[in-house]
Amino acid sequence: MAETSPKIKIMAGAAPDLSAATFQIFDESHTIGNALRWMIMKNPKVEFCGYSVPHPSENLIQLRIQMYDGLSSLNALLEALTNLDAVCEAVENKYHASLATNDYERWEERS
Amino acid sequence: MPPAITYDPRKHVGVHPERVSHVSSTNFPGHHPDEDHSWDLERFKKGLTVKIERLSNRSIEFDLVGVDASIANAYRRILIAEVPTICVERVYVWDNTSVVVDEVFAQRIGLVPLNVDPALMDMKQSQNDQATDRNTLVFRLQVSCERRKNAPKDTTDPNKLYINHEVLSSHLKWVPQGEQEIVLADNPPAPTNLNIVLTKLRPGQEVDMELHAVKGVGKDHAKFCPVATASYRLLPLVILNPEKPVPRELAEKFQKCFSSGVIRVDPRTKAVSVDSKKMRNETMSREVYRHPEFEGCVQLARVRDHFLFNIESEGFYPPQRLLPEAIAVMRAKIATVKRAAEMLLNNGDDLGDVAMANA
Repeated sequence: MAETSPKIKIMAGAAPDLSAATFQIFDESHTIGNALRWMIMKNPKVEFCGYSVPHPSENLIQLRIQMYDGLSSLNALLEALTNLDAVCEAVENKYHASLATNDYERWEERS
Repeated sequence: MPPAITYDPRKHVGVHPERVSHVSSTNFPGHHPDEDHSWDLERFKKGLTVKIERLSNRSIEFDLVGVDASIANAYRRILIAEVPTICVERVYVWDNTSVVVDEVFAQRIGLVPLNVDPALMDMKQSQNDQATDRNTLVFRLQVSCERRKNAPKDTTDPNKLYINHEVLSSHLKWVPQGEQEIVLADNPPAPTNLNIVLTKLRPGQEVDMELHAVKGVGKDHAKFCPVATASYRLLPLVILNPEKPVPRELAEKFQKCFSSGVIRVDPRTKAVSVDSKKMRNETMSREVYRHPEFEGCVQLARVRDHFLFNIESEGFYPPQRLLPEAIAVMRAKIATVKRAAEMLLNNGDDLGDVAMANA
């Protein structure tokens, strides 16, 4: 593949139509692992979703997705990533709206 | 009167004398037969509230309501470990005759926060990358200590006896390189706090070093952490049982079991009620569970999706900028993973071509 190590690998043992697969995502940790797992579980077509960090010395996560009706878990992953991005955008917009109202206590903190 | 709160295991984490209950959220499709919990952005946006409560020049407290714990935790982890800042990384020592050895002194200098906007600098891709004016800031630290000529004879105060007896962070002098003079003109790099004592000197000792500052993240070294911790807690709830009200004569004692202001006692009827605004100050000491006379009168709980964030900024970022920076880092991570997943999709459902990990 590419010279630099790939970001995602599909582990051996995945179903041929990818209805069940384990993805190995490199250079990621619980930060995105748990959030992604929650969003994938919100998909009603997902039979199973779980993630683990196999060993803290290796900086990767393994994410297992199993789908109903022979759907593709890769599509579920992509959809969850899009939805997570929408969550981040919604939180940011509401934060900026609250910051703009100036409706909070301001105080002087001496350091 | 607002409707009384009752303990709802679907929304509350039960806080009991010796354990907690109903900790995880069960709002997933299929858990509850007649309800639809699949992802719906509009419903999410309706339930989402972000409200800033307090803002100071160094810290911010805000409420994040309606998200799952995994998202709140992701932001907290990113605030601590993955929002970039700029700190001294390499120290080139020409002269160090102080009592603090080179490496200890260098570690202390690395921990000094600088007031440089990390957005203006690039991150070095690897440690041995060429140092350019785009990724490195150079400081010079030159201090030598001398005896003051006309000091009074019998003082012991080092301020009166010596010149430069303390090396402070104010002694760090920025040496502009290349284009930095123009780019960083309106906010010249300097330590945020000019009173940090780096070492102490006596006459004849001197320190002469060149410091290189780079952009890094807290994951790499804790000195790059932009927050003097970011943390959250769940909103506490004190639920009074309407069927077993607190006896009048014990009302004051009941009030003392909680943090001040949480419980209001009506002066005339001695009826006990919860002040909904001050309820967030409750520290959940569970003192009320220690008294058998209050058994069954009250249930302590926490609201599972109401997060009270407290972020204290250290270094460059003003506190109100920290959450947007964390959200930007999160979105960048999501984008990286998404790009990689799309590449997998396009390289074919022909799994033979996809890089298979050796399981």
